[in-house]
Amino acid sequence: MATNTRELLRFTTAGSVDDGKSTLIGRLLYDSKSIFEDQIDAIRQSSERKGLAHVDLSLLTDGLRSEREQGITIDVAYRYFATPKRKFIIADTPGHIQYTRNMVTGASTANLALILVDARKGIVEQTCRHSYIASLLQIPHIIVCVNKMDLVDYSEEVFNKIVEDYTEFASKLDVTDIRYIPISALNGDNVVNHSEHTKWYHGATLLHELETIHIGSDYNHIDARFPVQTIIRPHSTEHHDYRGYAGRVAGGIFRPGDAVTVLPSGLTSTIKSIDTFEGSIKEAFAPMSVSITLEDDLDISRGDMIVKENNQAEVSQDLDIMMCWLNGKKLQPGSKFYLRQSASEVRSIVKEVLYKMDINQLQRIEDDKEIGMNDIARVKIRTTKPVAYDAYRKNRSTGSVILVDESTNETVAAGMIVE
Amino acid sequence: MHKYYLNHLQELEAEAIFVIREVVAQFDRPAILFSGGKDSIVVTHLARKAFAPAKIPLPLIHIDTGHNFPETMEFRDNLVKRLGIQLIVGSVQESINKGRVKEETGLNASRNALQTVTLLDTIEANKIDAAIGGARRDEEKARAKERFFSHRDEFGQWDPKNQRPELWNIFNGRKHQGEHFRVFPISNWTEMDVWNYIWKENIPIPSLYFAHEREAVYRDNTWMPVSEFLSLREGETIQKKLMRFRTLGDITITGGIESDADTLEKIVMEVAATRSTERGNRGDDKRSENAMEDRKKQGYF
Ligand SMILES: Nc1nc2c(ncn2[C@@H]2O[C@H](COP(=O)(O)OP(=O)(O)O)[C@@H](O)[C@H]2O)c(=O)[nH]1
Repeated sequence: MATNTRELLRFTTAGSVDDGKSTLIGRLLYDSKSIFEDQIDAIRQSSERKGLAHVDLSLLTDGLRSEREQGITIDVAYRYFATPKRKFIIADTPGHIQYTRNMVTGASTANLALILVDARKGIVEQTCRHSYIASLLQIPHIIVCVNKMDLVDYSEEVFNKIVEDYTEFASKLDVTDIRYIPISALNGDNVVNHSEHTKWYHGATLLHELETIHIGSDYNHIDARFPVQTIIRPHSTEHHDYRGYAGRVAGGIFRPGDAVTVLPSGLTSTIKSIDTFEGSIKEAFAPMSVSITLEDDLDISRGDMIVKENNQAEVSQDLDIMMCWLNGKKLQPGSKFYLRQSASEVRSIVKEVLYKMDINQLQRIEDDKEIGMNDIARVKIRTTKPVAYDAYRKNRSTGSVILVDESTNETVAAGMIVE
Repeated sequence: MHKYYLNHLQELEAEAIFVIREVVAQFDRPAILFSGGKDSIVVTHLARKAFAPAKIPLPLIHIDTGHNFPETMEFRDNLVKRLGIQLIVGSVQESINKGRVKEETGLNASRNALQTVTLLDTIEANKIDAAIGGARRDEEKARAKERFFSHRDEFGQWDPKNQRPELWNIFNGRKHQGEHFRVFPISNWTEMDVWNYIWKENIPIPSLYFAHEREAVYRDNTWMPVSEFLSLREGETIQKKLMRFRTLGDITITGGIESDADTLEKIVMEVAATRSTERGNRGDDKRSENAMEDRKKQGYF
């Protein structure tokens, strides 16, 4: 079976309520035959109970709707499907109330964002908001699905107008790869199969795009970064002196013999071996989990970062961050947090709020600096110890942080390092 | 294909190893919850990979309902011997003897629900602060929103109304005294991924997963294995069947399917072609629509 050569694509879905997101996800799961018979039976029965003529595919992901009614926080639900070419992980982020928080969470691990637009309504405020978040989180690819084309007679003009409007708006964003597809999630047009109704559309179907979009370059394979998670010391006679630094490559390519520097200490050494359970390997790249041994006995602990000597990360105690506040309790001026970034944890203080973002108008708000749930703001943070990092634009892994409340231990903010 | 690229199983493996290492780095007394089923076997295998060439620096915890498949117990004992790691057993029978729980009676009686108390007692008695489990998000609706690092309050309960957001690959394992975490390194795997991985890695699994002949009774759309705990109901007859199990749990609630898949390759093919979800053969989810959600809140696996 060809299953072992599949790639993994993680995507997130965004749209206003009733744009057809649940129906679209249901359609993808259904048409790719990822739904089991007992699940289909269950939704067929519910559809009949509700007196619907068709099977309501949105019910497949409907667990969330009832939960919303019960007040359960459902920031992200994950769904899975696979085709012979790829395995897909959907981060489904429902609800409009805490949308920013939810979408930021779902977007943090995504390679691609599906943004739904209702063909009858065109680009609305929420479309802009979702797109801004996708750009802020540096999702490399966006697919704009113009949905409910059946309700506008599959009109090419309507589609073109939306493409035009979106393109103009997107010029203000930091996204390079944007594609547009006219679909009807309800009828399945251009989702998995080409539509008879849109002969004027010569692009690919949604599934085809998802299966073929090039994601091989989404990882940074240039700047070598290895955050040390833990240290492996077997204490056995066979591996008496073994000292392996365990971690996941966050960027670039490491090879035995590479001259490396350990940050933030600045100590230097050479890579002796790169080890896995199967044995030593010649190259390690993101996102592999390996252990690295060095020629010299250095004082290295969790939270340190191994980089190449000739290409180092930044080291500083002052971070400039775009932050999304995730917690119901507002940010109190001068409050302290644990800042987590890669494997490191340091205490920190939010020194200054530079501005808040109005994410509907894409404007800065400089006269109101109170930060509450869902707010996005540019802040200055000072840490008690130096942190090794990259700008988020350069590396989504070494450039991201979370803030943890010192008293409640909750994750209260997510941040992208600007510089 | 791009040279610097991992296929989906390699990427899922790398992610799971990362998560397991985070657990060992962030907690004082973590452990692996070992059920004897394929998912916890895969997690144990991944833990071995995560710390090679050292031994797995974690004990296995097995909650023994007393209603086990003998094959599962034998497999478990061989595995801990082979890995040279500690096994902690929490016994449901003991919890019953001590009066911590009451044995269920009636037609659908099972010890499945009782496990929760034994598990929480075992976690507390051994001061475990993080229990790694093999649950996957694709198993059941209630699990789709589960975190990798799932916080439990001092009563061992999951509070779905107050989950910590989880972003990028930064896992927040901070907790107060008496609280603990459940951690699910294979959250993003599907049943298909697990089988493909077992096949690719050639991981030993209990013989029960392979087609074999055994005596069983057809009940609730599944073949219940004959054991000392099974009492025949009216109209039921014992039949000899070529069958296998898709999941393994307590023998009183684990049903099998008719199958002639006697190799890993055939199992992978069979799973790929199967049209019903794997938990469909487990009595515990059928009790009510919200069965899983309710048990999870109380601290079930
Ligand atoms: N006519 C038409 N209706 C659709 C389409 N997609 C979704 N709908 C309907 O729009 C409503 C909202 O869809 P749903 O998937 O629940 O939206 P969500 O809130 O974005 O998840 C439902 O009544 C759907 O049947 C479509 O392509 N065409």
